[in-house]
Amino acid sequence: MTANTVISCKNVWKIFGNNPEAYLSKMPDGHSFDDIRKDGYIAGVKDVSIEVSRGEMLVIMGLSGSGKSTLVRCFSRLHDITGGTIEVEGQDIMSLSEKELIDLRRNKMGMVFQSFGLLPHRTVLDNVAFPLEMRGQDKHERRARALEVVKLVGLEGREDYFPRELSGGQQQRVGIARSLAIEPDIWFLDEPFSALDPLIRREMQDEFLRLQELLGKTIVFITHDFDEALRLADRIAIMKDGAVEQCDTPDQIVLNPATEYVRKFTEEIDKARVVHAGVLAKADLKATGDPVDAKASVQDLARLLVQDKRKTIPVARDGAVIGGMDRAEALEILLEAG
Amino acid sequence: MADVTDSYRPDRMAGFSRTQWAQVLVGVAVVLTVLQYTGLLPAAFHRLPEELVPNFAGWLDAIFNFVKDDLGLLALTRLLTEGLQWLLDVTANLLFGKRRWPNIGPIPWTAVAAVAGVVGYYLGGWRMALLGAGTFIWTALIGQWTIAMETMSVLVVAAPLAFFIGLGFGILAWRKPWVNRAIKPVLSVLQTLPFFTYLLPAVIFFKVGPTAGAVATTIYAIPPMILMTTLGLQKVSPEVVEAGNMSGCTRWQLLRHVYLPSARTEILVGVNQVIMLCLAMVVLTAFIGMPGLGAKLLAMMGSFKLGRSFEIGITIVLLAVMLDRMSKAWVVKQPEHFEKGTPWWKKHFMLLLGVGLFLFFVLLSQFVPEAQALGRRQNFSQGKELDNLIKGFLNIDVVKATTGFLRAFVNVQILIPFRNFMLSIPTPAFILLVIAFALWLGGKKQAVYAGVFFSLVALSGWWDRSVITLYSVISAVVIAMMIGLPLGIVAARTEKWSKRILLVCDTAQTFPSFVYLIPAIMLFGITDIAVIFSILIFAMVPLTRYTIEGLRTVPVEMTEAADMAGATRMQKLWKVQLPLALPTMAVGFNQAIMFAFFMVIIAAFIGTQDLGQELQRTLAGTDMGKNFVLGICVALMALTFDLTILKWASDQKKKLGLGD
Ligand SMILES: Nc1ncnc2c1ncn2[C@@H]1O[C@H](COP(=O)(O)OP(=O)(O)OP(=O)(O)O)[C@@H](O)[C@H]1O
Ligand SMILES: [Mg+2]
Repeated sequence: MTANTVISCKNVWKIFGNNPEAYLSKMPDGHSFDDIRKDGYIAGVKDVSIEVSRGEMLVIMGLSGSGKSTLVRCFSRLHDITGGTIEVEGQDIMSLSEKELIDLRRNKMGMVFQSFGLLPHRTVLDNVAFPLEMRGQDKHERRARALEVVKLVGLEGREDYFPRELSGGQQQRVGIARSLAIEPDIWFLDEPFSALDPLIRREMQDEFLRLQELLGKTIVFITHDFDEALRLADRIAIMKDGAVEQCDTPDQIVLNPATEYVRKFTEEIDKARVVHAGVLAKADLKATGDPVDAKASVQDLARLLVQDKRKTIPVARDGAVIGGMDRAEALEILLEAG
Repeated sequence: MADVTDSYRPDRMAGFSRTQWAQVLVGVAVVLTVLQYTGLLPAAFHRLPEELVPNFAGWLDAIFNFVKDDLGLLALTRLLTEGLQWLLDVTANLLFGKRRWPNIGPIPWTAVAAVAGVVGYYLGGWRMALLGAGTFIWTALIGQWTIAMETMSVLVVAAPLAFFIGLGFGILAWRKPWVNRAIKPVLSVLQTLPFFTYLLPAVIFFKVGPTAGAVATTIYAIPPMILMTTLGLQKVSPEVVEAGNMSGCTRWQLLRHVYLPSARTEILVGVNQVIMLCLAMVVLTAFIGMPGLGAKLLAMMGSFKLGRSFEIGITIVLLAVMLDRMSKAWVVKQPEHFEKGTPWWKKHFMLLLGVGLFLFFVLLSQFVPEAQALGRRQNFSQGKELDNLIKGFLNIDVVKATTGFLRAFVNVQILIPFRNFMLSIPTPAFILLVIAFALWLGGKKQAVYAGVFFSLVALSGWWDRSVITLYSVISAVVIAMMIGLPLGIVAARTEKWSKRILLVCDTAQTFPSFVYLIPAIMLFGITDIAVIFSILIFAMVPLTRYTIEGLRTVPVEMTEAADMAGATRMQKLWKVQLPLALPTMAVGFNQAIMFAFFMVIIAAFIGTQDLGQELQRTLAGTDMGKNFVLGICVALMALTFDLTILKWASDQKKKLGLGD
C-alpha cells in the first residue's frame, strides 16, 4: 500500500443471513457462490481485494445482483463486513468509534444512492442542505451553498418542491446535488445518472470529470453503461456473484480479459474506441517521424493508421517519446471492430 | 370432505387428526352433561366447590397493598397527580371557566367554533369546515356547551399524553427487540381488558375525578400508538436511512430528522386512534363520577329521559365524527410548496385567519354576551318534546306489538332457555367444549391456551357470571351474523352499495360505544333484550364491513372463471366468493366478538347478572383485587377467541395463497 492509496480492502466478505460470522469462520475454502446459497446464505461480496488511489475514478460494473452496491456500502461502512479488512486513508474503518465514523462521513465521504434516498418531507432545498445541517453549519451559509448546487444540477426554480412532485430524473439530480453540496474527498456514486436523459447525463459526467481533475477527488462509480464507464474510468472492476473478476484499465480489460466471463462481458465493445496508443507502445520498438499522442484511441488514429506507411509509429506522452506502436497490431484492432 | 383435507394436515396426534380429537372431547362433554341431567354427576363435578376456590382476590389485594403502601407507589402517584391536576385545571379554566390559574377562561364558544371551522377548512375544505364549526355551534345551541367542554378539557390533556408515552414506548420497542418481546403480550392483554379494570386502579391511585379519568383514558389509548409507531419506523426505506447515515447524522439526528418524519403517515394514523379511543374512554369515565357528556348521558338514561339522552348522543357522535374525519384528513394531507415570491402573509394565510377570527370573537364577546355563552333560556334543547315524540312512537300499535313480541317471544322462548342450558353444562364439560373448539379451528397451541384460560376462569369462583357474560356475547353475535352477513353479501353485489354501507360502518365505528345504549334503551327499556340489542348493533358493524371487504377483494379472474364455467349467481357465491372471502370475514367475526365483550360490560349499566355488573359494583368500593379478578376473567375469555380465530384466519389465508 502506497501513501497514495485512499481505500484499500483485503479479502473482504459480506455474507447475508443468520449469524454470518460463525458461518464464514466454519466455511471450507473454495466454497462457491452457489454452495453458499445452498446453505441458506447470500454472498453479497465474496473475497474482494482492491485498492483505490487518490484522484482515481474506479468504475464498478457487473450484472444486476452481482454485488456492486453491496461492495460500495462496505466501503462506506453502511454494511458491517463479515470478514477481511477495509482501510480508508490508512484507518481500519471497522475499528472506528461511532463518533469517528460520523466525523469521517461528515467531512470526507459522500454518496449518491441508486434509488435516490430523498427525505420525503423536505423540499428540494432542504434535502440538499441536509448534510450541511447535520454538520451544524449556519442557516444562511447552507442555504447559499444549497442554492448554488441546485442551480448546478439544473433544478433552479424548483427549490421549494417536494420530492414526490418531481420526475425520476429530477429526483436523481436532487440526490446528486446533495452529495455535491459538501464536496467530499471520497465519492461513492451508485448508478447516479441512470434516470437522466442523455443531454443532462453528459453534462453531469463532465461536471464530475471537472471536479475530479480540479480538486483531485477519489470516485467509486457504479454503472451499467459501458460508454459512460469508458468516458470516466481510470480503472474498471468487473464483478460477478460478489467477486471481482478483473480490475484493470479499460485497455487491458478489452485486450487481455482475465476470465472467459470478462471476455463475454466486453465482447460487444468497440475495442478501437477503448484502446489507446499509450497501451500499444512498446519501449523497445524504435520508430522515426512524427509521434502520435499516447492518449489518442485507435479510432482517433484510424485515418493515420490506414494512410501512414511506417511499420512502427512513435508514441509520445507529454512530449516525450515513450516507445513505438506496431501499426499492424493497431490496424488489427481497428478492423476487428467492424 | 373433512377427511380429505385432514389427511395432509401435518399435525396429527397419536394417529388421530385434530378434528377427530375435537370430536372425542365433545363426546366426553356430552356424556358429562347427560350425567348431570340424569342426576348421576356428583355436585363437585358440576361446579367447583366453594372451598376449593383460591382466594385470588385476597392475594391480589395483598400485592396491591404492598405495592401501594410499602413500596410507596401511592405517594409517587399522588405526586404525579399534582402535576396532572395542574394541567387539567388550566384546560378546565380555559374551556369552561373553572376558577383556577390562569383565570382567563372560558373561551367564548364562538371563538372555538370559528377556529374549528378554519382548521377544518385547512385540512379538508368547505365540508370539513362546516363539520368543525357546525359541531360546536350545535353543542352551544343545544345547551350542552359546559358539559361538552368538561369532557374536552380531559381529552386535550389525555390525548397528547397518550401520544407522547405511546411514541416513546414505540421507539423503544423498535430499537430494543427485548422491549418489543416484553411489550407484545402485555399489549394484547391490555387491549382485551375491560375498561372497568382500568378505572378502579386509576381511582385508587389518582383520586376520584378528572385526574383519575385522565389517567384511565391515557392508559387506554396508549397501546395502538405504540403499535403504529413501531410499525411506521420499521417501514422507513433503508436507503433513506443510509442517506441520513452518509450525511453524518448522529443517532438522535437520525431519529429526529429521518425516521420520525418518514414514518409520518403511520404515526398520524396512531394519532387518529389515540383521539378516538380517548373520546370513547373519556365518556365512560362517567362510571367513576367524572362530570361531562358521559355523566350527563348516564344520568339522563338512568331517569329514562330519552329526549335529552338522544340530544347528548348526537353531540357525542358529532364530536366523534369531527375528530375522526379531521385527524384522518391530517393523515393524507401532504405538505405543498408555494410558488416563488409568494408574500409572507399568503403563505401563512390560514394561521392568520384562525388567529384573527379567534381574537375577533373574543373581543366581540366582551360586548355581546350571547357570543360568550348561551344561557338556559336561549338554547334550543327540545328534550321534553323529543321525549313525547319517542314515547308516542313506541306507543304506536305496530311498534309496540313488535317490541312486545321480541321481548316476549325471543326472550322467553329462545334466549332464556339458551342461557339456562349454558348454565346447566357442568364446568369440566364446558371447558372441554371450548378446548375442542380451539383445537378444531386453531390447533394444539390454541387448545392449550383455551384450556388454561378457561380453567383459570373456573378457579376464579365467578364461573356462573362468566357463563352469563359468554351467553350474552354469543347470542348477540349470532343474531348480528344473521343480519349482518346477508346485508354485507347483498351490498357487496354493487360498487355503489358497497361504498355506502362501508361509509356507514366506518362512521358507526367511530361512535363511542356508550351511545349504542341509547337506541337499545329507547326500544326495549331496561331489559335483558336491550343488552343483547346494544351488543348486537355494536357487533354488526365489523361483521358487515369485513364481509363486504372480503367479497370485494376476491380476485376478478376467479369470479370470471366461475362465470365461464356457467355457474349461477348462487353457485358462484357459495362455491367461489364466500370460501375466498372467509378468512377476511373471520377477522370481522373476531372483531365482532371482541366488541361484544367490550359492550357487554358497558351494558351492565342496564342491569345484568354478568361480570360487568359485579365489576361496576367494585367501582363503588375499593375492591381492587376483586376488580382485577373479574377483569382478567373477561380478558381470558376474549383472548381465547382472539387467538383461535385469528390463527384460523391466517391458516386459511396461507392455504388459499392470499398472503397477508
Ligand atoms: N440487506 C440485504 N439482505 C440480504 N441480501 C441482500 C441485501 N442487500 C443485498 N443483498 C443481496 O446481495 C446481492 C447483491 O446485491 P446488490 O444490491 O449489491 O446488487 P447490485 O450489483 O447493486 O445490483 P443492481 O445492478 O441491480 O443494483 C443480491 O443477491 C441481493 O439479493
Ligand atoms: Mg445496486
